[in-house]
Amino acid sequence: MKFGDFVRVSSRSLKGLALGVLAGVAAASVAHAAPAAPAAATEAAAPATADSAAPAASGDRFAIAPGGYTPMKPTAGKGQPVPGGIGFQTQYSPNGQYARWIHDGILLPIIGFVSVFVLLLLVIVVVRYNKWANPTPSKTSHNTLLEVVWTGVPVLILAFVAIYSLDLVAKQYKPAPANALTIKATGNQWYWTYSYPDNGGFEVISNMLPDDKAIANGEPAQLAADYRMVVPVGEPIRLQTFGADVIHSFAVPSLWFKLDAVPGRINEKVLVVKEPGVYYGQCSELCGARHGYMPIVVEALDRPHFNAWVMTHSGAKIDGAPAAPAAAAPAAAASPAPAAPASPAPAA
Amino acid sequence: MATTADHFQAHHDSHGHADHDHKPGFFARWFMSTNHKDIGTLYLIFAITFGLVGGAISGIMRAELAHPGIQYLGWWAELLGTKNPSFDQTLHLWNVLITAHGLIMVFFMVMPAIIGGFGNWFVPLMIGAPDMAFPRMNNISFWLTVAGGCSLLISAFVPGGTGQGAGIGWTAYAPLSTTGSSGPAVDFAIFSLHLAGAGSIMGAINFITTIFNMRAPGMTLHKMPLFVWSVLVTAFLLLLALPVLAAAITMLITDRNFGSTFFDPAGGGDPVLFQHLFWFFGHPEVYIMILPGFGIVSQIISTFSKKPVFGYLGMAYAMVAIGVVGFVVWAHHMYTTGMSVDVKMYFTAATMVIAVPTGIKIFSWIATMWGGSLEFKSPLVWAIGFIFLFTVGGVTGVVLANGGIDDNLQDTYYVVGHFHYVLSLGAVTSLFAGFYYWFPKMSGRMHSEFLSYLHFAVFFVGVNMIFFPMHFLGLQGMPRRYPDYAPAYEHWNTVATIGYQIMAASIGIWVLNIIYAFTMGKKAEGNYWGEGATTLEWTLSSPPPFHQFETLPVIEDNDHH
Ligand SMILES: [Cu+2]
Repeated sequence: MKFGDFVRVSSRSLKGLALGVLAGVAAASVAHAAPAAPAAATEAAAPATADSAAPAASGDRFAIAPGGYTPMKPTAGKGQPVPGGIGFQTQYSPNGQYARWIHDGILLPIIGFVSVFVLLLLVIVVVRYNKWANPTPSKTSHNTLLEVVWTGVPVLILAFVAIYSLDLVAKQYKPAPANALTIKATGNQWYWTYSYPDNGGFEVISNMLPDDKAIANGEPAQLAADYRMVVPVGEPIRLQTFGADVIHSFAVPSLWFKLDAVPGRINEKVLVVKEPGVYYGQCSELCGARHGYMPIVVEALDRPHFNAWVMTHSGAKIDGAPAAPAAAAPAAAASPAPAAPASPAPAA
Repeated sequence: MATTADHFQAHHDSHGHADHDHKPGFFARWFMSTNHKDIGTLYLIFAITFGLVGGAISGIMRAELAHPGIQYLGWWAELLGTKNPSFDQTLHLWNVLITAHGLIMVFFMVMPAIIGGFGNWFVPLMIGAPDMAFPRMNNISFWLTVAGGCSLLISAFVPGGTGQGAGIGWTAYAPLSTTGSSGPAVDFAIFSLHLAGAGSIMGAINFITTIFNMRAPGMTLHKMPLFVWSVLVTAFLLLLALPVLAAAITMLITDRNFGSTFFDPAGGGDPVLFQHLFWFFGHPEVYIMILPGFGIVSQIISTFSKKPVFGYLGMAYAMVAIGVVGFVVWAHHMYTTGMSVDVKMYFTAATMVIAVPTGIKIFSWIATMWGGSLEFKSPLVWAIGFIFLFTVGGVTGVVLANGGIDDNLQDTYYVVGHFHYVLSLGAVTSLFAGFYYWFPKMSGRMHSEFLSYLHFAVFFVGVNMIFFPMHFLGLQGMPRRYPDYAPAYEHWNTVATIGYQIMAASIGIWVLNIIYAFTMGKKAEGNYWGEGATTLEWTLSSPPPFHQFETLPVIEDNDHH
């Protein structure tokens, strides 16, 4: 058994054990976080449904929404920072919701408690053991029990945290199913290119929009791009990142996604977007002069609209459709296509 | 005037009992120094100078970030010698500023001050040694650090690719630092680390040798003051970590200039290899900057509680544990580079382990004060501030240790907030605590306690205003190293900039305090802190004689650390 398997298995059994032993603590923190975290209950189920969605969705998998593609208007406060915000952006991916629940429901209460506890001890010390209140200092310099306690209790707390954090890492590394859509994001100085190898291999070049244009479009300044990375909603997407010149990092805070784009290697991670919408991100690894000027815009659409967007590109095909007939597809892009270009294939 | 008289007097006094206590002439004394106290003073002056430069650079950055848009960068680029800077050249200056700020504060402010300055001054005094083991090497260490600082300054005025200066970040990630930045600026910046690193390695050898071989009779390792322990652990970290940095940046130099491809995939290299090497140095480096601060705070708390340090052995070995574990957690700086799931789980778990010895230290400091008879002199006030600020910086470290959580926080302002709480608020607060604790010992002049309290209060408000909102910005997703940002981030950025102005005012108060001490300060007695101050430096005059401990002090068996 590899080390990682061992960790995963033991973390799972430890989780059961801990829920028993630390029932009080666990119950408290779960109760605290439950309203804020719908993902907590469904965390296991969500990725599973997403996985099965791809093979099962035979019906509308190849449907193309009529009307071609018009860039979606962003919703205020969704997929972008909010003025004066003090917490994580609202999450729109299952792993993001789970991670946010771990942060807000477990980590934040623990670190808040520790900080306040230390502050409280300092206040007590200052009030009770100053030279006026306590003119004669004690000479105590050892207390074995106390030392064992303040070593042991943090160990227990950290072990409890580790159960969740290792579980989160394991979930984030769950590979995409074999038939998942692949998108490759390439970081360049200073713009992103998105290529869609499963959709005929077309490439989208995405440059930052100047502030005035962004604002005219109803988009946040500094975050808008001329062409977006459009993805289907609700499906696991195999997102690969690659650096063309120096290291960049593909990051979208509201999808809990950040993966470096490194020259010479292809990094890969699953992206699942739960709701249609526009999600903004920015390059997150120093990449030269215009590091701050290569935003990332992910637009999630339902399958038929995603397909319609795909078909606006020349030489495009819908991923998973048999290759040969799909070649005839580009013409269909302009006219509203009632059925998939590969009409013989789908059962619907 | 008064200073001259003192010097004359000291000179005169020493003349009486020891012929070899002659102070050399000005040039020989300050430029060819082999005296640990003079070298310590030089290190402190150097660190203060560079600290003011690095702090001024953060002022330029905070002014620019106060509101969205690019306001002042172009003006600064012109001032620094770029005629009619293009937009890219203007933005390049931003990267030069963040690079310079990071390198200066790490290598030319905190390290020289806390190890070179206080370490040099007080390690020999606290172990009852007449000087460092290798006084001439000590001198080379200092001047190599100066040469490194000069090399870094030169880099700002020569071409560095897009614009003038090195814009690679203090982490100097390849390939941005190799194929990504042409021009000599990056070479100068890298070479400055070679020089400073060589100086630090020699300093580390010097400290280890001194501490192992020159302790006064009766001072066993387990009786050493905790500050000496902290410098010993730090010296080992330097000795083991800096050669790895030297190797990594040498590979950068050869990749840049001699056609090697260590970090270039086109030739079979790997950019991520540089990150592994850099952070194998870089993580211990964090502890290099903070461990001596732990030592200073331990001394201060014990002194002003009038109690021995609680759990002395636990405190000493917690530092050793932090040092050891600090070497096996480096990749938590690299969670988003695309590592395997097993590696990420390991680094998550290992990183969280560090919280345990850190917790031991915090609770032991509080336990030292518990039952004590606290006297709120300025060093203690700073030390208590340190404990709280360091706790806040520590707990956000536990959040960042989680690989899965870090995926959203990596390279955001949350990280900037976290490490500034540990360093800018932690290490720097311990530096000021140490400064007020020992300044009269070093100068022979008392500072003003009132100005010290005022300095603390204003500094405390200022730095918290700068750095606490950065956690909010990071959670909201604001990436670091950005000269401009989405309007939604404006509010907390404006708050941080106001905080900077308050912090800057506190530095003014500190400078006033130094001026006050040298002009109007009372003469300091040998042990001006009274009964709680029990380490050996308090048995000497303030300032101590040019050569101390001509007769070695003997530590009694029942004496406490
Ligand atoms: Cu980039």
